[in-house]
Amino acid sequence: MNASFTISKLTDQLFRHEAGKMVALLTKIFGTENLDISEDVVQDTFINAMQVWPLKGVPDNPSGWLFRVAKNKAIDVLRRNKFSRQIDFNDPERTLLQSEYTLTAAVEKLWRDDEIQDDLLRMMFACCHPDIAEENQITLILKTLCGFSTSEIAKAFLTSEDTVSKRLYRTKNFFREKKIKPEFPAPAQLKYSIEAVLKAIYLIFNEGYNATHANDLIRKDLLDQAMYLCKLLAENANTRLPEVFAAMALMCFHSSRINGRINEQGEIVLLAQQDRSKWNRQLIEEGNAFMNKAAYGDVISSYHIEAAIAYEHCIAETFEQTNWQNILAYYDMLVAVHPNAVVMLHRLTVIYKVFGAAKTLEEMDAAVYKKDWEKNYLYYALLGDIYAKTAPERSKEYYQIAFNMTQSSAEKNLLQKKMNDRGGI
Amino acid sequence: MAEYLLIFRGGDAAREEEQQSPERWQAHMEKWMQWMGALTEQGKFVGAQPLKVAGRVVTGTGKVVTDGPFVEGKEMVGGYLICKAESLEEAVEISKGCPVLEHDGIVEVREINSLAH
Repeated sequence: MNASFTISKLTDQLFRHEAGKMVALLTKIFGTENLDISEDVVQDTFINAMQVWPLKGVPDNPSGWLFRVAKNKAIDVLRRNKFSRQIDFNDPERTLLQSEYTLTAAVEKLWRDDEIQDDLLRMMFACCHPDIAEENQITLILKTLCGFSTSEIAKAFLTSEDTVSKRLYRTKNFFREKKIKPEFPAPAQLKYSIEAVLKAIYLIFNEGYNATHANDLIRKDLLDQAMYLCKLLAENANTRLPEVFAAMALMCFHSSRINGRINEQGEIVLLAQQDRSKWNRQLIEEGNAFMNKAAYGDVISSYHIEAAIAYEHCIAETFEQTNWQNILAYYDMLVAVHPNAVVMLHRLTVIYKVFGAAKTLEEMDAAVYKKDWEKNYLYYALLGDIYAKTAPERSKEYYQIAFNMTQSSAEKNLLQKKMNDRGGI
Repeated sequence: MAEYLLIFRGGDAAREEEQQSPERWQAHMEKWMQWMGALTEQGKFVGAQPLKVAGRVVTGTGKVVTDGPFVEGKEMVGGYLICKAESLEEAVEISKGCPVLEHDGIVEVREINSLAH
């Protein structure tokens, strides 16, 4: 491993972890109407790091270096735009950024790194403004606060990069026109805003858990970051709601199984074959603790139910001991709270476990989600399983369709194996 | 409420001395921050900038350009601030907080004239 490779890996990692915080801080200076300026400053800072670090060595505190350089760059940008209308110096918090007498001191005053977590959360809520369409909110959070590239977002959403760029453009335009101020929502608004924020966090988590990216199997940094953002919500007095704790519990339970889910060859190991001793007991316990905290109030969110499902898997000592009846009951609750194609599809896999092929096919025929399912490789993978014993040729065809649909090489390997075995679970 | 121009003269020698030490420089600039910050909070601040030492003087119909005459040190204009105030007296009170005064500087307070007839 050569030095420049190590540095580019390090800067990639730092970008994921620090870019969002840097944007949140910079937005205090430039406003949400100038997100592009803030993003440019961050981008410039990282380019600078990649030029300087290979020559002078990586600084002892790389994050500190990045924040310092970003701050100086922000001061340069302010200097260049002192008389431009692009930055709103009429805002009392920004007035003193216009004068050379106070520019540096005023930036220092805004650049308080002890408030950075609050700033990040305030930014999350700004991104989740109710007038912004949900998919645009999520896109912006991923891009601006989570250091996602346009192509990564496109893969996560199963859409094109072009669509993602358009969404970003539209949302930034909205910010430009409305000059939304990042702040914690009013108590009456909190529930609605939290929902969108949690959804975005969970999407990041799923992106890491399911790894749609070829050859980059478990993106631990994505899981870590999703859990980091959720923890910020859980630890903040303004945002510690039951559904936040439930989402946290859910992510703990899921991530506890990560080590058993992939073998040394990077192949997916099915739940039935997983070595349960590799599951992370500590994360399961943490999940339990969050679950207890989630149990107050009268809200049962989909996170509560999904966490309960994940918990059932975590406590089963062997695959055979899994309480599928309980799990099916939870799925029925989930369908009642949050009916959608993906939940229904997952429920079908449980129906298949509990009642077998005939009942599953019957429910499939009766469902209204067929069109949506046909876009999901899991649907064909399930059909492959269903027909594995009774109609091997047909089963193979379904596996092949699923194989062609998934982008994940681990999923492809698994499906290939099933095709070779001509047998399912 | 009228606008007033505060012209700062001198005080630069001390500032140069303070530029030698980052800590002292920061402490000095913090005084500007406090003074102007208070004005901003009261909604009285309009604008302010320091000036560089070098410049040119353009004179008369012939538009003769020279490097001077600049008077040295004490009387040289080093910066300005525009603020709002109810009266000249209030503007003078405001000017008393200017950090240049702590370094032998001079603040000239002038009301901005309206040329309406």
